[in-house]
Amino acid sequence: MALTLEEQTGRDQVRRNWWLSLPALVILMVAAIGPLIVVLVYSFLTPGEYGNVEWKFSTEGWMSVFVTKDIFDETWKLADAHMTIFWRSVKLSLLTTALTLVVGFPTAWFIATRPARAKALWLFLITIPFWTNLLIRTFAINQIIRNEGLLNTMLLKLGVISAPLQITYTDTAVLIGMVYVYLPLMVLPLFASIDRFDMRLLEAGYDLYASRAQVLRRVILPLVKPGIVAGSILVFIPCLGAYVTPRILGGGKLMMIGNFIELQFGQGRNWPLGAAISILLLIVVTIALLFYVRAINGENRDA
Amino acid sequence: MRDRAFSVTGLPGFATIAVAVFVLLYLPIVTLVVYSFNAGASPSVWEGFSLHWYALAWANDQVKDAAMVSLIVASFAAAISTAVATMAALGTTRQKAFRGQTLIYVMINQPLMVPEIVTAVALLLVFAVVRQWTGYTGLGYLILAHSAFCIPFAYLPIRARLESMDLTLETAAADLYASRWQAFRRVTLPLLAPAIAAGAMLAFVISLDDVVITEFVKAPGQDTLPTYMLGQLRRAMNPDVNAISAMLLAVTLVLLSLFYLMTRKRD
Repeated sequence: MALTLEEQTGRDQVRRNWWLSLPALVILMVAAIGPLIVVLVYSFLTPGEYGNVEWKFSTEGWMSVFVTKDIFDETWKLADAHMTIFWRSVKLSLLTTALTLVVGFPTAWFIATRPARAKALWLFLITIPFWTNLLIRTFAINQIIRNEGLLNTMLLKLGVISAPLQITYTDTAVLIGMVYVYLPLMVLPLFASIDRFDMRLLEAGYDLYASRAQVLRRVILPLVKPGIVAGSILVFIPCLGAYVTPRILGGGKLMMIGNFIELQFGQGRNWPLGAAISILLLIVVTIALLFYVRAINGENRDA
Repeated sequence: MRDRAFSVTGLPGFATIAVAVFVLLYLPIVTLVVYSFNAGASPSVWEGFSLHWYALAWANDQVKDAAMVSLIVASFAAAISTAVATMAALGTTRQKAFRGQTLIYVMINQPLMVPEIVTAVALLLVFAVVRQWTGYTGLGYLILAHSAFCIPFAYLPIRARLESMDLTLETAAADLYASRWQAFRRVTLPLLAPAIAAGAMLAFVISLDDVVITEFVKAPGQDTLPTYMLGQLRRAMNPDVNAISAMLLAVTLVLLSLFYLMTRKRD
């Protein structure tokens, strides 16, 4: 079958594109995507006695995500400890999402309604924390809320409290920390959405005798909804997989899923269980991402 | 205040909340930097200005080693990821969509989508086996892992620049009998250089800041600054960690400002 010249150059072009992309794809295959398949395989192996695995097929890893075998009568029952950790992760992630939305929306609105020059500056100010080290920011918030921290010292001096508030090593501390570190992830997509909102619609609303609350609820919120969805998912995803923030502010006892996974590969010595939870987390995150893509596409279509 | 004009875009309380958010966002970071110059060890009582903690961090061999590892890994990872990301960007922009293009996009952005802890555990498993097979225990594992998750960060600014670039200049070069390589070397590359530099800087910052993947991939004695700091946090109060944080922050801030200057659209 003879190809026309155009078809031939088209094919050469595509081949060239693949060759150009190949080195990047190889690195990603070796050090990012491929290893995930190994995790999936490990989740179906038998746990070894001292960590590691035995190369025998087993569904025990997946079973023990949800149920545990009673050591006395060998009956299966719901793994309460695991459920507590999953529930804490979901609860804290949802609360973080809600709180970042409540304070992030006014912030994004404020930035989007500044004059052009000031807008760029405010936006830069919100981007700096976004790019700075998560560990340092967690460490910084820890310095504020710990017993000898600035907050307690000031409250003691003002006489508001007589003994330092124990905030660190509580769920509240993890919540404060996550709101603090993930807030920019909420503000940025909200800003993008509000920035393309046609402010003349507000004038129209007020001309028709709408109150502020009515304009917010009936005009603004429906139109920036894709931004709200996008921001919420962008915050929810890293919260669910958080590791550093709960480790530092939760003090090791108040685990979230990320810390629980680590435990299985450390002291827990149950690699298949750790692998199964990792895959589970990956699946949940992928589903959330699909919603994110839908929200973003919805926004592009409307614009 | 009654005669102030009705603000169409204003919503009650929004400006107050926004300003409070900015203050609360920066207060902890500023406090951390300020107290890194504190003469005493307290995180809340100011005992006078001192460079004591910086001197202490500077004199600590563990810190020096960690800083060295951080620099080596970040430099290699930035160089490698930027090189392959530049090639991939050239292969995926400015042409008709081709079959498999979406697959390449998804693969390149994969590190942004998978929770870090999952990648970290996956690499732990794979590298443990490779270590046993090959006996190699060097920094190569960290460099490889960092190169992978830096690729999307290097790729984004380069791709953005390529998409906004004028194709006519290269067509002109081709009209003037420049070979494909000459046109790339003399026309495309100089135009692309700022974006490549920006991509490399972003990759460097991302590598320098990584905690989770490094924590799982590193062999004993391969601490980077962030994993060293994480290890210190478990122990008692260490104000020298404040000093290290402040220095890392300064590096990040300088690189980010350069990044913004380089990618800023010329008006």
